[in-house]
Amino acid sequence: MDITVNILLTIATAATPLLIAAIGELVVERSGVLNLGVEGMMIMGAVGGFGAGYLTGSPWIGLLAAIAMGAVFSLLFAVMTLSLATNQVATGLSLTLLGLGLSGMMGTNFVGQPGERLPNLDIPGLTAIPIVGRLLFGQDPIFYISIALTAAVMWFLFKTRTGLTLRSIGDSHASAHALGIHVIRYRYLSVIFGGACAGLAGGHLSLVYTPQWVENMTAGRGWIALALVVFASWRPWRVLAGAYIFGAVWIGQLHAQAFGIPVPSQLLSSLPYLATVVVLVLISRNKRLTMMNTPASLGQPFVPDR
Amino acid sequence: MRLELVKRPQRSMLFSALSPFIAFVLTIIAGAIMFALLGVNPLTAFRIYFIEPISQVWQLHELAIKAAPLILIAVGLSVCYKANIWNIGAEGQFILGGIVGSIFPVLFPQFEGPLVLPLMLLFGMIGGAAYAAIPALLKTRFNTNEILTSLMLVYVAQLFLDWLVRGPWRDPQGHGFPQTIQFNDSAILPELLPESGRANWGFVFALIAAVLIWILMSRMLKGFEVRVLGSSPRAGRFAGFGLSRMVFFAFLLSGALAGLAGISEVSGAIGQLQPVISPGYGFTAIIVAFLGRLNPLGIVAAGLVLALTYLGGEAVQSALGISDKVARVFQGMLLFFVLGCDTLIHYRIRLTGLSAPKLEAAPKLEEAR
Repeated sequence: MDITVNILLTIATAATPLLIAAIGELVVERSGVLNLGVEGMMIMGAVGGFGAGYLTGSPWIGLLAAIAMGAVFSLLFAVMTLSLATNQVATGLSLTLLGLGLSGMMGTNFVGQPGERLPNLDIPGLTAIPIVGRLLFGQDPIFYISIALTAAVMWFLFKTRTGLTLRSIGDSHASAHALGIHVIRYRYLSVIFGGACAGLAGGHLSLVYTPQWVENMTAGRGWIALALVVFASWRPWRVLAGAYIFGAVWIGQLHAQAFGIPVPSQLLSSLPYLATVVVLVLISRNKRLTMMNTPASLGQPFVPDR
Repeated sequence: MRLELVKRPQRSMLFSALSPFIAFVLTIIAGAIMFALLGVNPLTAFRIYFIEPISQVWQLHELAIKAAPLILIAVGLSVCYKANIWNIGAEGQFILGGIVGSIFPVLFPQFEGPLVLPLMLLFGMIGGAAYAAIPALLKTRFNTNEILTSLMLVYVAQLFLDWLVRGPWRDPQGHGFPQTIQFNDSAILPELLPESGRANWGFVFALIAAVLIWILMSRMLKGFEVRVLGSSPRAGRFAGFGLSRMVFFAFLLSGALAGLAGISEVSGAIGQLQPVISPGYGFTAIIVAFLGRLNPLGIVAAGLVLALTYLGGEAVQSALGISDKVARVFQGMLLFFVLGCDTLIHYRIRLTGLSAPKLEAAPKLEEAR
């Protein structure tokens, strides 16, 4: 029984960064912007979070630094694509490339240093309950943030007027503009929210998952988060499900490697990436369904005419 | 203060030519700030970064070695991007080209003679093209986003190469090092001018590819098809150009060139397969493609510039003790500034006060009524 609980806990830990990054990107894409820089913002959050935690000795300051780092870095993308109307695909790619380089440079002195880990929740009495205690009341703080964030985004997008406005911008920025909605302002805020989420996701990697700094430690998770948004057809609760499926794949291959299953470890390591491809194929096979769900202005630059 | 874009009646030829240079100057300025923050005199750093790595003839050879794969991959990618097809997995196609091209020297080391190299190069191209065919097939058949699939396959390719050189293809006499046997002499891409440096035929391949793609894009119907489908798929459909065929064409072409770059690198610069055969050429080539304005001849120049950022990164690392990641930062900044400057081609930038547009607009509305 203990093993099951442990596996479930590690799956949650692996799923949390995917979930947070994907939920952030979901809001960005719902506003009609495609930010391919998730991997870059995530790695910047990871290095910022680790660095601040390491230098101050407080993982909580690290957590805040990770969020701030992701948000500030995403601002770069926002200025380029929203104010200068650059190509979103190319700009997002360059954000990722820049983030990978910049984080490597900033983290030179952090390699091999012991990091600070965010403590797990521990409520006297509740956490000690067998089985459910640790699952419900004994996880790291970012896990609870991720669940709350998913619920909040669900409520915001589908139950509030602002959320409706945001979705309408994503479906037709021209009509929204004609109605007097400030398209660019909404998109700025969405992109920054997405950046903060990606930063937080990166912070989870360097403050909880493996509390240390390793170059390229995001290992493609930012890209998988992007794929998750497509997989979820832009719905928050499906992102939640998808993130946990991928968390399970990630942990499953690690356990398989540890058990010494007679399959090359590299094949097991490539499973999350192969699974992403397979899942994308399965979900986009139905062309009509994809077209119905995709925000109609996704990726198109918008320059308000005056 | 607010930034406002005003559409130009037609694209500005002036900024079209100037924008890469403005971007380069801005990168230099940002780089100077970065070096100053790192506590290094920017002038010293720039001398070490941009001048010293190309001050001797043998160093120019090194520049050509680094530029060759960048140019080869980037001219292929430029066709994709012109057609609005986003192959960002060239790094994986590069690796597969290196692997498939190495079949002969690794598995049949006794096979020697003048036939070996052409076969290796051909197999390299086939390997890269076949790997690129996967995202193309998934896009045309299942409507799958090619950005994500091509990128995911990069990780798979890296792990596949890692498995090969640690497992079945490992040199049994290699003292357990994860690498294949050294290629025999007839499997090594010859050097161009052995008396002055190491540069090999890969650079010539790159120049030939650039010229051929330039002819394709500017003188042939296929190039016109690429441009039409890229700027307006609808117009392309009316003209009878098939989007699916174009997806395959662009992916296979760019994959084959990336594969050629891969096998040229393995057979020319390295001489065997190792766990890592590319310092991110496939990704840097994306920057090269954009810096070269998606024009094959511009890409040759851009490839040389980006090759210099690699050499400079190594130089500042050994001379100043700064991480060679500085090269990646320079490359990223350069792409950012290029994309930003490209806005000037289509738009005029106007700075206005916050309330100005509203005041202007209000009376006009009244008149209209």
